[in-house]
Amino acid sequence: APGQRLLCWEEVGKGQFLSRGTPGPEPVAPMGSSMEAPAMLEELPPGAAPGKGAHELFGYVGIEAVLDQMRVKTMKTGFEFNIMVVGQSGLGKSTMVNTLFKSKVSRKASQPGQEERIPKTVQLQSVTHVIEEKGVKMKLTVTDTPGFGDQINNENCWDPIIKYINEQYERYLREEILITRKRKIPDTRVHGCVYFVPPTGHWLRPLDLEFMRRLSKIVNVVPVIAKADTLTLEERAEFKQRIQQDLKAHAISVYPQEDFDEDPDDRLLNNVIREKIPFAVVGADQEHQVNGRRVTPGCTLTWVGALPTATSPQPALSCLAVENPMHCEFPMLRDLLIRSHLQDLKDITHNVHYESYRVRRLNESNRVALSPANGLPGKDEDDSNL
Amino acid sequence: MIEMFRQLLVSAVVFGFVFCAVRYFLDRATFSCRANRMFDSCSLHLFWQRVMDADYIYHKIYNICANLCVDCILYSTWEVLRACRDKWILLENDRLYFSLFQGEGCRTVPLSGHVGFDSLPDQLVNKSVNHGFCFNILCVGETGLGKSTLMDTLFNTKFEGDPASHSQPGVQLKSSTYDLQESNVNLKLTIVSTVGFGDQINKEDSYKPIVEFIDAQFEAYLQEELKIKRVLHNYHDTRIHACLYFIAPTGHSLKSLDLVTMKKLDSKVNIIPIIAKSDAISKSELTKFKIKITSELVSNGVQIYQFPTDDESVAEINGTMNAHLPFAVIGSTEELKIGNKMMKARQYPWGTVQVENEAHCDFVKLREMLIRVNMEDLREQTHTRHYELYRRCKLEEMGFKDTDPDSKPFSLQETYEAKRNEFLGELQKKEEAMRQMFVQRVKEKEAELKEAEKELHEKFDRLKKLHQDEKKKLEDKKKSLDDEVNAFKQRKTAAELLQSQAQQAGGSQTLKRDKERKN
Repeated sequence: APGQRLLCWEEVGKGQFLSRGTPGPEPVAPMGSSMEAPAMLEELPPGAAPGKGAHELFGYVGIEAVLDQMRVKTMKTGFEFNIMVVGQSGLGKSTMVNTLFKSKVSRKASQPGQEERIPKTVQLQSVTHVIEEKGVKMKLTVTDTPGFGDQINNENCWDPIIKYINEQYERYLREEILITRKRKIPDTRVHGCVYFVPPTGHWLRPLDLEFMRRLSKIVNVVPVIAKADTLTLEERAEFKQRIQQDLKAHAISVYPQEDFDEDPDDRLLNNVIREKIPFAVVGADQEHQVNGRRVTPGCTLTWVGALPTATSPQPALSCLAVENPMHCEFPMLRDLLIRSHLQDLKDITHNVHYESYRVRRLNESNRVALSPANGLPGKDEDDSNL
Repeated sequence: MIEMFRQLLVSAVVFGFVFCAVRYFLDRATFSCRANRMFDSCSLHLFWQRVMDADYIYHKIYNICANLCVDCILYSTWEVLRACRDKWILLENDRLYFSLFQGEGCRTVPLSGHVGFDSLPDQLVNKSVNHGFCFNILCVGETGLGKSTLMDTLFNTKFEGDPASHSQPGVQLKSSTYDLQESNVNLKLTIVSTVGFGDQINKEDSYKPIVEFIDAQFEAYLQEELKIKRVLHNYHDTRIHACLYFIAPTGHSLKSLDLVTMKKLDSKVNIIPIIAKSDAISKSELTKFKIKITSELVSNGVQIYQFPTDDESVAEINGTMNAHLPFAVIGSTEELKIGNKMMKARQYPWGTVQVENEAHCDFVKLREMLIRVNMEDLREQTHTRHYELYRRCKLEEMGFKDTDPDSKPFSLQETYEAKRNEFLGELQKKEEAMRQMFVQRVKEKEAELKEAEKELHEKFDRLKKLHQDEKKKLEDKKKSLDDEVNAFKQRKTAAELLQSQAQQAGGSQTLKRDKERKN
């Protein structure tokens, strides 16, 4: 009839609502995976919420999908992780790193055939690798410090290391201050520093204390007891106690720092970790066979076990499996560094250490600019006008 | 004659073919560079750099040659180059994604076992969940288009607020923050709404408050970022992530107010245009309306937000949704019983419109796109594109530069020092000026006061004189009075003397009489 408009939802007609009342097939895929989304839109019954059955209808908005979006985005951009290993030569640093990442990522592996000579000063060598696991790409940079603590006079052997760490912060700061900055600033800051304590069994040496004191202020320091297969379990426990007392006495806060616990759950978890610090690790990256089973990684040690008898004339070989938590605490270290606290390491580096470096650096330039004639206060106000 | 014509035709065809081949080649070259990740070392990179520089020279030549008959050929080549240049700019932005995993001395190493860093995205997500998310939406549209209702429908809650009247003197922005929680995700949602948009008689300045508001949010973030002691990871981000522009359902075309406002906003915020109250438009009118709107937006150069199509998992759905822009939505918070379910709908005498029915309106599409698929992308675009643009403009305005004319990077210290000295100099000048003014005022006041003092002195003298005169007069009078009194006293004593003599005489007489009586 003239003067009557057909509105788009009139075509459906009244009768059809009732027949469409039965819901279509519910899609099985979880809400977040958007690959299913086109199918869901077609079959979407009027008013029903798709996805996980636990949600009540009409109450579901879909805000949680942002988690999946974030996950997809981070997997696309990839991650960066920079780790530094510090310790005297011969403590097994490179082996440890290889074991940690289950591939040949250390300096020695990248430059095979080079003569091992102790350098005269502390040098820093970084190697970068890209490793991928289940779609997650990580750019891993391992910085090694050959020559640390190897000289007769070890004064200021930590200076090159501190300089290197500050250089990385400086580089990041420069990129951040640019007017046209890059979309993603390349992050070369050291996220974690693993410090190898030689297994003397007594106390921390002055070199260790000095180093850890200075470095725990600018970077996350994780102390580990190297070559822990030379200590028995009791010696190990005593050594740890003494180290913890030492650290507390000198007010050295190693990772995980107590000041940065965010909530009570975190604190509980971190307290458990703090009781075990420093971890006693053994580095080994060779495969071995034990009773016909492959044990990877592990190392074979010849200890006098049972005396050779008539039936088994050879001396018993013992195999220390690195992955076995009864033998050494390597799994705990790996879990801490990679599986549970990697993001935390990066966050603390970015939010705490980098910020304090930035504060120091910007204050420095202020002090230089202020001439004694002026001496005007109010730096924050001035800078906020910048 | 025919021979010449044929030759001309053949040459024209050959030229056209060569031209198309060149254009195709340039297109492919740009894309294949990206695919092969050769971009860093590719000489094409330098080529485009030169093209960018030579851009304006080319434009000049174009203008000159435009008068000649080679006009159309140049125009097509220009268009091709321009299109390629745009693509290059986009690729330049994404270049870093690839160069992150390239570079010197970087190689891929195979893993011989399970290391465990595949839990990294989960760690990141857990941290974000603990931290909470924030999302800010700006609703721009005339009064009465259903902005608040749509927000209520979108988030399934009733946000408080009364409808605004039509008599607002100017455009204002009303912002409210809500804390929503769904399973374990906390969302801090801020909804900013325009009040009084499009109600005034003179709408020239209607867009200004909106632009100022958006700039103010960017400015706040920039200030926080530039501070020395800053707390960026706990900062409540108030920058607008998405702007929903409500278009009135006239069915014809965009209003000029809409065009002007969208043009001003498109470089500052992600604009998603939607047709409000779309139950007033029929289906055929709707398609025509949508086409008209998109063509008007394109011809006016308004850049609305395009859903991202570079990630395979969402490329397909985003691509289809891009074609449905602008979305025609209906908002309703009333629930009606239809069939055997309660659903959000609007009831009319001639039928019922269901909000979540795909066939009725695009509400479900809007919700999908805005919240479920692209929320993170909206936030990222705001931060990396719009905020960076604002920051760059603001810092350049303040005089910061990245490199010297000699392309040596300015040292941080130098820039800060220079700025600081300038600022201090200005401060000093202001202080001087103030001091001068102060001194002048003091002098003026002093002069005034001196005059007043003089006046007072004069007055005092006058009064004193008056006083003395009066005193003198009084003294004279007193003297005269005293004289009179003395005179009177004398007379009195004289009179008394006489009287006493008289009395004595009389008294002696009485004494005599008394004596006589006794005798």
